[in-house]
Amino acid sequence: MSLHTLTIHGLREKLRQGEVSARQATQAVLDRIQAVDGKLQAYLWLNPEDALAQADAIDRSGAAKNGKPLGGVPIAIKDVINVEGQPCTCASKILKGYTSVYDATVTQKLREAGAVLLGRTNMDEFAMGSSTENSSWGTTKNPWDLSRIPGGSSGGSGAAVAADEAIAALGSDTGGSIRQPAALCGCVGLKPTYGRVSRYGLVAFASSLDQIGTFTKDVLDSAILLRVLSGLDPRDSTSVPRPVPDYAAALGKGVKGLRLGLPKEYFISGMDREVEAAVRAAIQKLQDLGAEVVEISLPHTDYAVAVYYLIATAEASANLARFDGVRYGARVRGEDVIDMYGKTRGAGFGPEVKRRIILGTYALSAGYYDAYYLRAQKVRTLIRRDFEQAFAKCDVIVTPTSPTAAFKIGEKSDDPLQMYLSDIFTISANLAGVAGLSVPCGFTTHPKLPIGLQVLGKPFDEETVLRAAYAYEQATDWHKQRPPLS
Amino acid sequence: MPEDTSKIAYVAHLARMELSEAELVKMAAQLQDILAYVAKLNELDVANVEPTAHATPLTNVLRKDEVQPSIETARALRNAPEQARDLFIVPKIVE
Repeated sequence: MSLHTLTIHGLREKLRQGEVSARQATQAVLDRIQAVDGKLQAYLWLNPEDALAQADAIDRSGAAKNGKPLGGVPIAIKDVINVEGQPCTCASKILKGYTSVYDATVTQKLREAGAVLLGRTNMDEFAMGSSTENSSWGTTKNPWDLSRIPGGSSGGSGAAVAADEAIAALGSDTGGSIRQPAALCGCVGLKPTYGRVSRYGLVAFASSLDQIGTFTKDVLDSAILLRVLSGLDPRDSTSVPRPVPDYAAALGKGVKGLRLGLPKEYFISGMDREVEAAVRAAIQKLQDLGAEVVEISLPHTDYAVAVYYLIATAEASANLARFDGVRYGARVRGEDVIDMYGKTRGAGFGPEVKRRIILGTYALSAGYYDAYYLRAQKVRTLIRRDFEQAFAKCDVIVTPTSPTAAFKIGEKSDDPLQMYLSDIFTISANLAGVAGLSVPCGFTTHPKLPIGLQVLGKPFDEETVLRAAYAYEQATDWHKQRPPLS
Repeated sequence: MPEDTSKIAYVAHLARMELSEAELVKMAAQLQDILAYVAKLNELDVANVEPTAHATPLTNVLRKDEVQPSIETARALRNAPEQARDLFIVPKIVE
């Protein structure tokens, strides 16, 4: 039996029935990793003995058989979320050798729900990138075509789930870092509303945009996992005191009468023809299922990338000041403390992180603050209003997740601006703070590469986002297709 | 001239980050491209628009002023590059 191919709900059913143990499930996933990760490099760190010990403890406690939502389910975690006793390097040389001294809130929630915390997945350094090429430890490969990128920044999590190297995975999404790799690898990626899931223990990149979310093999799994992760956390002042619904219970209501907003600004030139055709066919499918299409406008879409790269870099330049060689990480000696900071940071950060720290510091520096950072924050207000006005006319917004399928390794790595523009459809959701999800909606033909449909919802209305995605998914079989890895 | 390498060197100093001559030159060119791109924000009239700092519907989140346990010294020092007597060691700051 190929346990590694199962979903959370599929595996939980077998565990509940006592057909398999947490150890067997974990061993199956470890065997799969052993077989394919040499090609994919989705994982940065893995400790099979520790994973099996966790599984044994879960078996002994009875959590695998009882009603714990994730009892015995092996889950991978992006290398930016702290798991006590495991490394957390953010794929950066500056954190080489760092071992987490505490659990993130989401980690604690996973443990309480009975999950096996498998290992650490690859990413762009400090979550800055769209391809994992900015990892200091090598690029993850797309499971559908090993010469292509898996997307980013959570490319390791996306590739791991798509290749059945984990039953599910956690990632973080600051401008599309969950939805874009999910689309490019062919799995379901959910970025919850800003404030839905605690970020305590997530290494901060851009604090007004960062959100933890999930990679799963289907939409029901996203609903199950989101319920586990969500809720108020006194340790994160941006987490919101709202009740956590039973997301899975609301999935089956269908989409009859649901109003799908189609932003005219998202269906423009520059989009790959096959991507556009797949997305339009998906919208038609949702209409066949009873949804109504409403044309909407998000008039400031064209400014989103510029706003994002000023705000995100400004916040990053402040957040990354803590990596100075004093309390943790690599230290390069200097003549005095300022010299030590400069040498440590110059040696420890990779090119993209340096570029963003420079841009962010520049945008915040005296004489430029008003022209760049403050102006970007004002345009952010216009983008937020666009969404408020659009959601007065529709229940969810549907768009492509990415303008193209996975591109070749190296294709955009020398052109930062082109790389930034690959996030054009996902960035606005972070600026506006709304919920977003990517669900598989087809493939390109030559080569065969996954395409994602993005569903955006009102703040804290993940239920409707999941319901729309579920209805579509259940009427198609894209999510059941697997990459041709041996 | 923001694209000057000397300007980049100044910003790098503000960021406490040493860059090589080659990095300065490359970054100056790339920053120039990016700044030319973000200049499109000047097309918009934002005179009467309030800035958005974050998308949370919350203001003034406070907790009770009570002592809570936190990470103890030994754990906090576990990843220290240099330590002694329960302290992080850094180069001398005051002459």
